Amino acid sequence: MIALIRRDLRRSVSSGGATLVVAFFLLVATLFPFAIGPDAALLARIGGGVIWTAALLAALLPVERLIGPDLEAGVFDQFAVRGLSMTSVAVAKTIAHWLGFGPPLMLAAVIAAGLLNLSADTLLRVEVGLLIGTPGLAALAVVTSALVAGVRGGGAVTGLVMLPLAVPVLIFGAGSLDPASGAGAVKLLAAVSLVLVAGAPFIAAAAVRAALD
Amino acid sequence: MLFSGVSFDLGPGDAAVVTGPNGIGKSSLIRIAAGLLAPFEGAVTCDADTALLTEASALDTDRTLLAALRFWASLDRAPDPEARVAHAVQALDLEALADIPVRLLSTGQRRRAAIARIAASHAPVWLLDEPANGLDTASVTRLEALLDRHRDGGGIALVATHLPMSMPGVQEIGL
Repeated sequence: MIALIRRDLRRSVSSGGATLVVAFFLLVATLFPFAIGPDAALLARIGGGVIWTAALLAALLPVERLIGPDLEAGVFDQFAVRGLSMTSVAVAKTIAHWLGFGPPLMLAAVIAAGLLNLSADTLLRVEVGLLIGTPGLAALAVVTSALVAGVRGGGAVTGLVMLPLAVPVLIFGAGSLDPASGAGAVKLLAAVSLVLVAGAPFIAAAAVRAALD
Repeated sequence: MLFSGVSFDLGPGDAAVVTGPNGIGKSSLIRIAAGLLAPFEGAVTCDADTALLTEASALDTDRTLLAALRFWASLDRAPDPEARVAHAVQALDLEALADIPVRLLSTGQRRRAAIARIAASHAPVWLLDEPANGLDTASVTRLEALLDRHRDGGGIALVATHLPMSMPGVQEIGL
């Protein structure tokens, strides 16, 4: 399991995965001030939601290379022959993907918060939300990757499959920024994230088994 | 339907070679034997660890040959992955390429690397799909010697090939 996590993490680092995600995230976060104008008060009000939207879009970037390339290179054949369960492979892939994308995104959120004039209080809420929500996004990314791995032109379908399923994370993530009613949203965000993390490996494993057959 | 009525039984030291024209289902038979494909009818029983060689080498292209082989060796059930890999690299004359990234290797060199992965696995059952593809004559001889040694040690080999390979006492499965 640890060997699998290490392999995936190293592959994500060597292909520049985290750098790309962070750069894309910051770029999207920068686009909003350009589009909406430099009104500091307005930016501070919508900034938390902007960060969540940018995080969601950035989470889409690495999806295609999580499962597809390994399936093509025969790596899953070798896992299967060695008797590894596809579910534990999916768990390892989820953990490795989160490590390669969650913490860098949380660091980048600090910079984005500066760009969007967020208060320290809001930034703290954003970081807590990202810490809870990104494991769910990572699990969803692995499932999506497994589902589209066998599809020709899977790249175009990726966003259509993943974004609607990520809407609950976005709603409760952005909802957690409200100082008055945020606590409830944080709990719901944790619930959604937990459901995704717990269920996703089984679905991803089933999708990989179907692709192998 | 690709083929029907195929049946064989291999004990320690036995080998079978699957022959037949392109597209007849040699690779599918290997995948069925490996448990990756479910046969429409019938069953496969294999009570030992298997090592599988398919067209895809499954070696990480961005890593050195040695590191890529060690990754798979560390997932095998047999102990001491480093020694197993070192021995397999030597058996396939890959020492000079050990520190070269897999993506820079030629087709034949990759094939030899994939065979080294099989040799390093120490699995009793080898399922090889076109192992001689892209190999030069010296490497084919090395592969044949490797198969002989594997069978002398009580190993089993199922080989799908359209190239002639010298394997003494081999069963032929014609599709």
